[in-house]
Amino acid sequence: MTYVLRRVAATLPVMAVVAILVFLLIHLSSGDPAALIAGDTATAEDIARLRGVLGLDQPLWNQFLRWIGRLAGGDLGTSIFTGVPVASLLAQRLEPTLSIALLTMTLAVLVSVPLGVLAAHKAGSWVDRLVMIFAVLAFSTPVFLVGYLFIYGFAIRLGWLPVQGYVSLAKGFWPWLSHLILPCVNLSLVYIALLTRMTRATVLDVLHEDYIRTARAKGLGVVAVLGHALRNAAIPIVTTIGVGIAFLIGGVVVSETVFAIPGVGRLVIDSVQRHDYPVIQSVLLLSAGMYVLINLLIDLSYRLFDPRIRA
Amino acid sequence: MTASRDLRDDPPLLEIDELRTHFDTLAGTVRSVDGVSYRLNAGETLGIVGESGCGKSVTALSILRLLPSPPARFAGGAIRFRGIDLLSLSEREMRDIRGNRISMIFQEPMTSLNPVLTVGRQIAETVMLHQGLGRRAAWARAVEMLRLVQIAEPDRRAAEYPHQMSGGMRQRVMIALALACHPDVLIADEPTTALDVTIQAQILDLLRDLQARLGMGIIMITHDLGVVAECCDRVVVMYAGRKVEEAPVEDLFDRPLHPYTRALMASMPSMAGGGSRLPEIPGMVPAPQDLGAGCAFAPRCAFTTERCRREPPPLTAVGAGHAVACFEAERVGCITAAFPLPFQTSPSQAGASA
Repeated sequence: MTYVLRRVAATLPVMAVVAILVFLLIHLSSGDPAALIAGDTATAEDIARLRGVLGLDQPLWNQFLRWIGRLAGGDLGTSIFTGVPVASLLAQRLEPTLSIALLTMTLAVLVSVPLGVLAAHKAGSWVDRLVMIFAVLAFSTPVFLVGYLFIYGFAIRLGWLPVQGYVSLAKGFWPWLSHLILPCVNLSLVYIALLTRMTRATVLDVLHEDYIRTARAKGLGVVAVLGHALRNAAIPIVTTIGVGIAFLIGGVVVSETVFAIPGVGRLVIDSVQRHDYPVIQSVLLLSAGMYVLINLLIDLSYRLFDPRIRA
Repeated sequence: MTASRDLRDDPPLLEIDELRTHFDTLAGTVRSVDGVSYRLNAGETLGIVGESGCGKSVTALSILRLLPSPPARFAGGAIRFRGIDLLSLSEREMRDIRGNRISMIFQEPMTSLNPVLTVGRQIAETVMLHQGLGRRAAWARAVEMLRLVQIAEPDRRAAEYPHQMSGGMRQRVMIALALACHPDVLIADEPTTALDVTIQAQILDLLRDLQARLGMGIIMITHDLGVVAECCDRVVVMYAGRKVEEAPVEDLFDRPLHPYTRALMASMPSMAGGGSRLPEIPGMVPAPQDLGAGCAFAPRCAFTTERCRREPPPLTAVGAGHAVACFEAERVGCITAAFPLPFQTSPSQAGASA
């Protein structure tokens, strides 16, 4: 229990640093934030008024405390461009993004772990070589390129799946899933490549351990022996999955753009182009928070896989 | 420890017949085991002795067919268990033998158990696999086996992980695991090498005690002649992938006829005078691919003649159950008689101090 509390406590300083950096973002950018927000056509009076409205005339520490205070109260601010509260803007955009992220990662894990174990078991054979060639190709081909090829092939030529867009899960499972298949398969290729290589390397290492020889000397079959190996390889694999989720935040931006899905990724791009700082700040905080949370969960999961960490 | 040496005509429990295990490497074929024969009878302990790299472990791993292939390859010979050639069995049939009829324990108790599974589960897994017991019954058997290898509080210990146990206790767990299905043959590959001296003696005592109760034949692979003196009935001495001498244990210590056997004995701590530097065998075991035409030991041997370098000495019977592969065995035997060895008087004492 103290272990869990310690791990949770360790995330607090990280989140504090993130909050300060995100807050300073608006001030680190060149020029007067108010002028930047007001745009090219604004007059001097407009900018001065905006500065007052945004509280930019206050001392920095005062601005920071007010901002933190509002965040704690659940107020993420208001989008400068659309005038809509950031919280409700995010709420609309979160479903597609989370759908893509979850489905992509699930698909990646389900495919890559068995594939990696198979490659390790058949190390050096043509099966292993084929898997590794696939991994290199999948890892080195740009996501957007494969995305457009998928759209052209499966959606336009074959007409099996919708070309672009997103349909909420509330409108039915199949419409939702059918819009997600291409973007998720597309995006998952990179993670399948990464995780397959990782699984192969780790399991191959473990297969040389003495206790694997013991397992074989007991008379266990191939599947049971590989099960023994996989349990011992779990920690590096789970860690890589965590790193993958962090990279996923970047990957989703590309996917959402290629497949015209109105998610958080698109929101970020639009907001950056519009200098919509409150939105950018909120998304940064959100994704940093998610990342920290996922890493915390992974840290805690180590104890499930390895009894030596519990001691 | 009663050897049934006189029952020559019965089919032996395990028979290694002209076994050749080769490894195909980029540097050429390595003949790790090159025409080795020995037999193990029920209830008997056979010692396999030799330096690192002499092929004794490869022989043992060959019996269970645990060597990765490639690079390992059986280039000839047979391994008969109760008359069945193990080399002709399918992988599926072989799995029914492993851990069930023939078991193995290894040198490294610290790394030979799976760190993420409880020891009880690791034992129960074997029993469930081979005897079709349910989860509960298998667990009960695991606890019973831990009690048999004299682990205190077996109920509690069964639920523990290997890292919670000492090296000696882990080797006891390995023994419990190996004997869980009451195998006919136990192959012990340097089972005490990684343990400290007091624990070594305990483990050997335990093995002897379990053999008396369960009646399995044991192949004891070791480089330690003290262990051999302590618990073996017969001994096979191996050098560079070949058997160079075989004898009943008293006979071997009484009258070692191969210069290599003699050299091994001379380099034991209890053989040397107190305080002086231990005599060592000059040179190293030649790499199997570097062997010349003659006797593999010739370059390191004090008795070498022209003939030794020219042709390999054949294995020759020199007494009841005693065979040696050396042209100069007679000369070696004379010298041995001039230097009586302490084993003649008290083998058990010599074993304990090794």
